[in-house]
Amino acid sequence: MHHNGSSRILVIGGGFSGLTAAVEAAETGSEVIIVERNPYLGGRVAQLNKYFPKICPPLCGLEINYRRIKVNPQVKFYTMAQVESISGAPGDYNVKIKINPRYVNENCTACNACAEVCPAERDNDFNFGLNKTKAIYLPFEQSFPLIYVIDRQACPKDCPAPCVEACKYNAIDLNMQSKTVEVKVDSIVVATGWKPYDAAKIENLGFGKVKNVITNMMFERLASKNGPTGGQILRPSDGKPVEKIAFVQCAGSRDENHLPFCSYICCLASLKHILYLKEQNPDAEAYIYYIDIRTPGRYEKFFNQVKDQGGVNLIKGKVAAIEQDSESDDVIVTVEDMINMQKIKQKVDMVVLATGMQPEGLEFKVPGIQYAIEGFVIDSDGIYAAGCAKSPMDVAGCGKDSTGAALKAIQIGIRR
Amino acid sequence: MQKKIGLYICKGCGIGDVINTEKIANIAKNALRVPVVAVSDILCSNEGVELIKKDIAEQGVNSIVIAGCSPRVKTYEFSFPGCFVERVPLRELAVWTIEADDEKQLAAEDYVKLGVVKAQKGEVPEPYIIDINKTILVVGGGISGMTAALEAAKSGYDVVLVEKEAELGGFARKLYKRVPTDDYSKGVLADVNLDSIINEVTSNPKIKVYTSSKIERIDGQPGDFDVTIAKNGSTETIKIGAIIQATGWKPYDPKKLTKKYGYGKFKDVVTNFEFEEIAKKYNGVIKRPSDEKKVKSVLFIQCAGQRDPEHLPYCSAMCCVTSLKQARYVTDGNPDASAIIIYKDMRTPGKLEYYYKEAQNTPGVMLAKGEVTGIREEYDKLIVTVKDSLFGEQQVEIETEMVVLATGMVPTTKEPLDYLIGLAEAAAKGDEEKAKYIEKTKKPEFILNLGYRQGPELPFLEGGFGFVDSNFICFQYETRRTGIYAIGPVRQPMNMTEAQEDARGAALKAIQCIEHVAKGIAVHPRAWDTSFPEPNLTKCTACKRCTEECPFGAIDEDEKGIPFYKPNRCRRCGTCMGACPERIVSFKDYSVDMLGTMMKSVSVPSEDDRPRIIVLCCENDAFPAIETAALNRLKLDPAVRFIQMRCLGSMNLVWIADALSRGVDGMLLLGCKFGENYQCHFAKGSELAKYRLGKVQETLDRLQLEADRVQMYEVAIDEYWRIPQIINEFMDKIRQIGPNPFKGF
Ligand SMILES: Cc1cc2nc3c(=O)[nH]c(=O)nc-3n(C[C@H](O)[C@H](O)[C@H](O)COP(=O)(O)OP(=O)(O)OC[C@H]3O[C@@H](n4cnc5c(N)ncnc54)[C@H](O)[C@@H]3O)c2cc1C
Ligand code: SF4
Ligand code: SF4
Ligand code: SF4
Ligand code: SF4
Repeated sequence: MHHNGSSRILVIGGGFSGLTAAVEAAETGSEVIIVERNPYLGGRVAQLNKYFPKICPPLCGLEINYRRIKVNPQVKFYTMAQVESISGAPGDYNVKIKINPRYVNENCTACNACAEVCPAERDNDFNFGLNKTKAIYLPFEQSFPLIYVIDRQACPKDCPAPCVEACKYNAIDLNMQSKTVEVKVDSIVVATGWKPYDAAKIENLGFGKVKNVITNMMFERLASKNGPTGGQILRPSDGKPVEKIAFVQCAGSRDENHLPFCSYICCLASLKHILYLKEQNPDAEAYIYYIDIRTPGRYEKFFNQVKDQGGVNLIKGKVAAIEQDSESDDVIVTVEDMINMQKIKQKVDMVVLATGMQPEGLEFKVPGIQYAIEGFVIDSDGIYAAGCAKSPMDVAGCGKDSTGAALKAIQIGIRR
Repeated sequence: MQKKIGLYICKGCGIGDVINTEKIANIAKNALRVPVVAVSDILCSNEGVELIKKDIAEQGVNSIVIAGCSPRVKTYEFSFPGCFVERVPLRELAVWTIEADDEKQLAAEDYVKLGVVKAQKGEVPEPYIIDINKTILVVGGGISGMTAALEAAKSGYDVVLVEKEAELGGFARKLYKRVPTDDYSKGVLADVNLDSIINEVTSNPKIKVYTSSKIERIDGQPGDFDVTIAKNGSTETIKIGAIIQATGWKPYDPKKLTKKYGYGKFKDVVTNFEFEEIAKKYNGVIKRPSDEKKVKSVLFIQCAGQRDPEHLPYCSAMCCVTSLKQARYVTDGNPDASAIIIYKDMRTPGKLEYYYKEAQNTPGVMLAKGEVTGIREEYDKLIVTVKDSLFGEQQVEIETEMVVLATGMVPTTKEPLDYLIGLAEAAAKGDEEKAKYIEKTKKPEFILNLGYRQGPELPFLEGGFGFVDSNFICFQYETRRTGIYAIGPVRQPMNMTEAQEDARGAALKAIQCIEHVAKGIAVHPRAWDTSFPEPNLTKCTACKRCTEECPFGAIDEDEKGIPFYKPNRCRRCGTCMGACPERIVSFKDYSVDMLGTMMKSVSVPSEDDRPRIIVLCCENDAFPAIETAALNRLKLDPAVRFIQMRCLGSMNLVWIADALSRGVDGMLLLGCKFGENYQCHFAKGSELAKYRLGKVQETLDRLQLEADRVQMYEVAIDEYWRIPQIINEFMDKIRQIGPNPFKGF
């Protein structure tokens, strides 16, 4: 179908890439529908404390995009939604979208009265289980849409549901059912992004077995003011401030047994994490065990900025083992230093595994979309991947990639 | 159309419990003369929204003030197309953040007054629409430029492609093979296929190609650029809608590497660029320059100049992969040949890792981390010394027939930008210095030759090594020259595949800009805004502040210094409005008068121990932080009244003088971070506010007030927790200074 030179575009995934593709296409005249599985838009970057290299907050850019969406009638979005099926051909796709119940409707004013009376708690997945929320909760303070959500699994069976009573706006509907909507679109942008590689799969790195071994994403939450520790970098086992820290690079990446590719961002992320820690504790000592430090292009300046801080030790080497100290909650890292050809044992307060970005498509495939073995989306006429669904990349890369994907999607409508 | 204001006060979310809404309604009706006033139990409910809609339909209400929650919630419920809508966040600013009930009431009354004033003074803007041209100009006919041209054409737009050389192709012309785009299973060396791309470009009826041509001058604004192209001594001026700059890069001057790596001293030390030419010339056979002998051993030195503060401080991002590719030129088909790559870090991020893996598994290719400390010649061989390598800590010597220096890329923008930076520095020292600089410095060739008052090229990136702006992480294409987009290695070092992707995105941005301009809508970040600055030039004193300060170079001036506003270049930040000492720049829905009157409507308690503070805050970052503080129920000093600004850059000093002379005890400005890592969405807005504030002293002296009464803080959107701290710190200072002597006048 031809719609005055513009297209109808479905964007699957409302993370940084999906939002970019959606607003850029909509502002160019297309109609866009975003399907996002989470109860909020923004994806993984909403969980980051700051971006390298500027050390600026991800919400700064997200806020602008939220605003662009709010004022643009061309963009429609569904949260808690998933694509059930795609049929048809470029220029004429028929898509079924399943919308899962949120149990809270648009009447919600984000007043928090419900959470105050809710008796049940759940692990806070936004903080990787490092703290809890009530069963009815707001994912985070600046989430968009700013509407509460209920984790029904967390509601006790016999709960008298005081939330319903507490809500003065008739916003809570515990009997809400899932529903399916059907849309017709010309083209599809797949921006389903990534999830952190499951660190427990890397046997020798002790995650889940050794105390105080965490992942880089957990570190982001620890450093965030709206995180589980109010932004103080304290180690989980005993809340001790961190003085000595080790970063294990390529944890699961560049490894045929795990993720065969390089995750692009984890060298930069660890360098950034050193800055987080140094801001709180300038005397902290950091050890980075790496294969190559990958800070391409202008990022080299950021590498130098971090390197020039005192107490940053870069060691090209392979981590052989991570073990619990026998007398304390400290962690002992055994490394083979590849330049000095020797084995080092380093005792630290906490270890951060620089785990990589596993494409969402490895474990969960959207019906009707083609995937490569590692889980990346393969483009076809009318269906285009954007951002980390296509290849590991930084936010800047996602921005340009998704803008390009938006153009390809628009061209489908124009062709017809 | 006659303006008719409707004020709707919500009692929901606890507002009605602590605020006397009837009292506010009465003030509005009587003192503020608002014709339609209603109070609702839950305004966002169906009944509430219907009530407003009914008033619009039946009473002709067209200017709506909603006193309830912040626009962070209920955006869709409270959207009334065609009407002026102002949201007054009573819930956040009065109920949630203020502790004492009487102070809550007072704040609510104040904020409603401010909202009503805004509605009284504001109009729904009529867009600025001119006849436009939708052709896209692409400057540079390399792979990125050609990709941009093709993508724009495919989307239905006419393109003019201007290339300086006689032929299209740019750097890709020199390539023997390229790295395949993504999939290496079909081999690691792909054909460049340049001819077919060039063919596609030249045969496309929507693309007009100018070779051996340069841009002589660009005037005008998006949708209406006048571009003068010079070719063979003659010129032609055409109309253009938007521009893409894809002028690429130059190799780093290898002569600067003589001392370090013997380039120029030893004939068989060549650059990666020259190596490519050799491979192309002999169709894949590698013959060394000294004796044209086919070589069996080649050593590649990575980061030859890059990542070195004395040469190129940045990483060139493409040379690791290039050497991996070139190593295969040596080994493929030659089982007894060897290629050694000595690197600092092998930088093959993302899926390029697979390319690296391929090389690691290739017989004859050897890869080692190490640092090259010297090169010397022995008979017809080169001896390279390497230390700190995987061969061990000690220095080792490696014999080779040929050395390739993996040199880096320098953006074509560097020379003009260096010159312009030097010129600006000299000019800052006075006319004499400027004249001297012009006389003794060789003027490089400019690229865009913009006829803009703020300079002929895209602004440079601060601390950016000759790359052009901007430094937004989230908005890669947003330069400070509206409708002109930079792509490829003029933005940052990148490889060919990345540059092609970059081109596609820029093509979309160029199209988007044209379509927005056609409708009179601004582009990013206010991509919905139809207002534009309307200066009342009869009162202009030609002080040039607006032309100098506009972060987007949107304002030109004539010889007398009278400004010419080019609305399509404008991003609606309001910096010009803030800069103008004559207060003559305004928007239909945002003006010096509007905000000034709002500030005058803020109540000033006459008691000495009840200070009043006005906080001017950026609506993009500082205000959301305040809203989030409210959502977290953080308590704020009841003395403050927040007023939102499009950007702190629109802050006019007259407001400060007015407010302080009315007895307001202090003014606090909250803007975005500025400097090299600026977060300001208008790049320079908050920095300019700070700069302007440097001049507030005069005003304060005149009023005999203390300088500390006016202060600015940088606040990021996620720093909601700092809001109470900042305010308390400021309040402590104000209390120390004591009450404003103008109180009660
Ligand atoms: C520790 C760490 C730190 C980082 N720090 C930085 C940094 O400082 N700077 C930087 O530039 N980059 C950084 N990154 C990288 C950055 O996080 C990614 O570039 C970015 O998140 C990619 O965005 P995306 O939209 O492609 O993917 P995502 O953020 O993963 O978004 C995908 C969205 O799609 C949704 N989704 C997935 N599947 C479906 C489905 N089937 N149906 C509907 N919706 C679906 C998801 O819920 C999600 O909202 C960091 C990464 C890590 C691991
Ligand atoms: S669901 Fe009801 S009680 Fe809970 S935050 Fe929303 S409006 Fe308030
Ligand atoms: S970015 Fe660094 S840590 Fe991450 S996979 Fe690549 S080399 Fe390893
Ligand atoms: S890409 Fe490789 S060779 Fe090139 S500058 Fe970067 S690290 Fe050095
Ligand atoms: S509003 Fe901003 S961009 Fe527009 S002319 Fe004024 S200063 Fe320039």
